[in-house]
Order: sequence, then structure tokens, then C-alpha cells
Amino acid sequence: MDELRELYQATILDHNRKPRNFRVIEEANHHADGHNPICGDKLVVFLNLTEGRVTDVAFQGTGCAISVASASLMTDFARGKTLPEIEAEFERFHQMVTSSPNSQIDTSALGKLAVFAGVREFPMRVKCATLAWHTLRAALDADGSVAHTE
Amino acid sequence: MGDRALDVASIRKDFPILEREIRGKPLVYLDTAASAQKPRAVLEAIQNFYQNSYANIHRGVYQLSAGATELYEGGRDDVQRFIGAKDRREIVFVRNATEAINLVAHTWAEKNLESGDEILITALEHHANIVPWQMLGERRGTKLRVAPIDANGDVVMESFEALLGERTKLLALTHVSNAIGTINPLKKMIELAQARGITVLVDGAQAVPHTRVDVAALGCDFYVFSGHKLYGPSGIGVLYGRLAMLEAMPPFMGGGDMIETVSFEQTRYAGVPQRFEAGTPDIAGVVGLSAAIRYVEGIGIEAIEAWEQTLLAHANRVLGAIPGLRMIGNARHKAGLVSFVLDGIHAHDVGTALDQAGIAVRVGHHCAQPLMEIFGVPATVRASFSLYNTPAEIDALAAALGETREIFG
Repeated sequence: MDELRELYQATILDHNRKPRNFRVIEEANHHADGHNPICGDKLVVFLNLTEGRVTDVAFQGTGCAISVASASLMTDFARGKTLPEIEAEFERFHQMVTSSPNSQIDTSALGKLAVFAGVREFPMRVKCATLAWHTLRAALDADGSVAHTE
Repeated sequence: MGDRALDVASIRKDFPILEREIRGKPLVYLDTAASAQKPRAVLEAIQNFYQNSYANIHRGVYQLSAGATELYEGGRDDVQRFIGAKDRREIVFVRNATEAINLVAHTWAEKNLESGDEILITALEHHANIVPWQMLGERRGTKLRVAPIDANGDVVMESFEALLGERTKLLALTHVSNAIGTINPLKKMIELAQARGITVLVDGAQAVPHTRVDVAALGCDFYVFSGHKLYGPSGIGVLYGRLAMLEAMPPFMGGGDMIETVSFEQTRYAGVPQRFEAGTPDIAGVVGLSAAIRYVEGIGIEAIEAWEQTLLAHANRVLGAIPGLRMIGNARHKAGLVSFVLDGIHAHDVGTALDQAGIAVRVGHHCAQPLMEIFGVPATVRASFSLYNTPAEIDALAAALGETREIFG
């Protein structure tokens, strides 16, 4: 089960067990629902955007270890970032998890989010890793919308 | 045939895919409820048909076409015999159980139901037996009623009976739950409905491969199933309809093969079942389904059912011993499948972990989201058993679940 431990890195298991920023932001000025109809994962991302910068961000919901850990690490990352910074990070993250398993990838720019590199070995799980990101982007785009992985 | 023991070692040799390795481990296929693997008899029948006997049916005067027609119509006879229909014209070939239900919704229901009429289903239904009736409701203003289940996953019979009301025109219910294995007391439920003049449609997708089905004895008006769950090819399914029902129904799709005469002014429709089989059908699919039925008959459906019950009992024993494992659905009568959750570990993660051990199970909501909501879980792990599975494979599942718990523990 070596590949499995490659996928479920200690950091991922830790963030699944104790998700960070797992709360409702009552006064959030942006929020969106995310739904992966294949596995039933559902989450809500809340955030406060002030002058183009995310001042607070949190999430709620249920999902597999990959999707919960991804939301947890993503919210850690996004706090204090500007929209272009978030968009650039999403691009890097998306490229990493959808790249071919044999290709060379440089994860150095991704920091902690590099723990999701193993996802590219499991194409069925890419949507689990990206659900939180799609939801975050939906929250930034238009309030009250629903992000789908399909 | 019921007391004949199954020679599983020799049966396994009939299924070439079982020789495959997945991630370096022998394939343990516990997802037959999603789709069954195919025995060599089916593979060869299809290959042989395309190689030696292929032509379109119901058309050519030449020998090849006549031979193909004979094989296709012979398949209808096989299905008729296998499910105990009284007349071969009661068997309509469609793509799958889903299409069969939609066919009834678009023909019989469109013609006979009006705004305010009620369709009763159970809380156990697959989306295939929910959505077509909701869509009908949008078109015709019919209402959907749902018979509840208890904590074990059995339909609450008192509520069921109470819901069979004045406006109930159709009872559409599953024979066996795909998500949690409940076998409905079908005979009794059909009797209760028919005593009130209610038409009955049965979704038999999960029943036909696993237990003796006798549609005439059941007395239902419609019974649907898919070939691919019965070891046949995907893309072929069956709508059984009582002859009088089918004869009174308008056509489903228009085209070739479903007509008697066509002029630009007017078309006379063909009789049944041709009226419902517009266009060139899945001829090879019928040939494959026919081979699958003969394969199952050769082993004996009662022997298959007994073996699957043995596997279910074994699974209940070994999985029941795993700490933190909760079975979802403990119906009085269950088909050979178990649906469960592991405390604190999402079903999707369990599925990925089991795949690493070469074990194929279904994880998710099993196209039964309302049912998952009743049990308060977003998803379950489902292991389903078949004639080619062994107790050793269930032990392998239990061992892999133990390892999974260690990783996520």
C-alpha cells in the first residue's frame, strides 16, 4: 500500500482529522456552495474580501480526506492573499494534480500544497482535491453560487 | 436444482477477466451489483455472431438476415422462459432498465395518468425509478408519493398500505434495493395494489440475476431489468409488460420496424412488441443476453442464490467483527450485498484504499441519494457478491479494511 501512503501524506491525514478554518463566518461578504455529485461531497466556503484582499476565509462541509484536507490547506493559504495571487496558485495546483504521473513537475512554488502531488496518480480523485478551489473561485466570482466539479 | 452445490473454482474459469491482476494483486471483483463480469459463453456468442452470422433483422430475404432474425427472436423466447412470461410478445428489448421505465412513463403513463393522480414509490428506489416519475409530474401534474422504510431498511407496510389511496394509479417499486440489499415482499405489495386497481411496475435490475423471477406468478403489469447485471453485455435490457397493457399503449419512438404501413399522410403502427422497438436494435446485445441466460440456467438460479446467501452470511460474520464498521441496512430478507461505513473514514477514501489491494467495490450514494439521507450518511461502501466470488475474497476485503483503518486511524 505504498502508493496509498504517497497519496495520503501525514499532512493530509492531519488536516482531515483536524481541519483548520472549519467554521462559519457569519458576516462573510462572499460565500459559495461546492458539490461533487459523484461522491456526494458538499462544502461551503465563506470569505471576507476587503480591497481586493482575502481578510478571512473558512469552510464547512463533509467529504473525503482529500477534499477536506484540500479545503483546510487552501483556506490556510488564501488568507491575506490578493485575487491574482489566489488565481496563480490555483493554476499551479491544478496543473500539479492533473499532470501525467510520469511527467516532471516542480512543486517548489506550491509550499505546503505540494502534499497533493500524489493525487495525479489517482485520476478519479482529482475532483476531490480541486472541489474546494472551484468553490473558492465561485465565491469570489459571484456570491451565493454553487460550484460543481462536473 | 436448488440443492446443487456450486463449483465456484470451475465457474471462475468461465470468466476470463478474473485472471487479471490489478496493481499487482489478483482482481477481487465485489461490484457485480453495478455490473456483472462476462463469462466466456457470452463473449464467444457475440464474437461468433459478428464473425459468422451477422446481418440486420426483420428485413432481408436472404439467408443471413433470416438467421440473424432467428437468433434475435430466439433471445426473446429465452427471456420469456427465464422470467416466466406467458407470451413472447410481452418481452420488449430496450437498452436497460432505465430506458424501460422511461418507456412506460412516456407511453402508458402519458396516456392514462392525469393531473393530481399519484404514483407511489418506496424510499429504496434507484434514481432510475424516481426521476422519470418526477419528469412525468412536470409534464402532467402527477404527484409522487414515497412509502417510508424503517431503521433496518424494510418498507413500513402499514404506511405503504395507507399510501395506496384513491388517486394512486401506479405503484413503481424495486424488487431488490441496489444500495442496501432489501428484498421487498413483492407478492404481498403487488396484491395490495392490485386489489385497489393500481397498475404495478417492478424494477428488477437487482433481482433477476440473483433469484427466481416469475412475472406471471407475481402478477405485476411491468417488470424491467438490464442485461449487463445478468452477465450479459451492456446496452441491452428488457421491458416485460402484460400483453393487454402493451397492446393498449401508444408507441415510444417513431421510426423503422415499429410500423405496419407508412404514407406521408398516415402511419399504422405495428403490433407488440415491434411497436416499441423502433430502428435497428442491439442485435448482438440480444445474442449475448441469450447466451447469458443459458449460462445462468445451466448453473441454476436457485444454486446461485444459495451461494450468494452463503457469501452474505460470511460477510456479515467477518465484517461484523471489524471495530467501527457500521452496516447500513439490515432488512429481514437481503440480497447478497453489504453496504457499510467505517467510523471517521469517508467511503471514497476506503474505495481508493481497497483499490490498492486489487479489490473493486462501489463507493458513493449508489444513485440513491434520498436513501442515503434517510440513513444520515453521504456515501457508503458497497460490496456485492456473485456466483464467482469466494469467502476468501471476503476475507481479503476484511483484511484490507483492517489496513485501511490503520492508515486513517
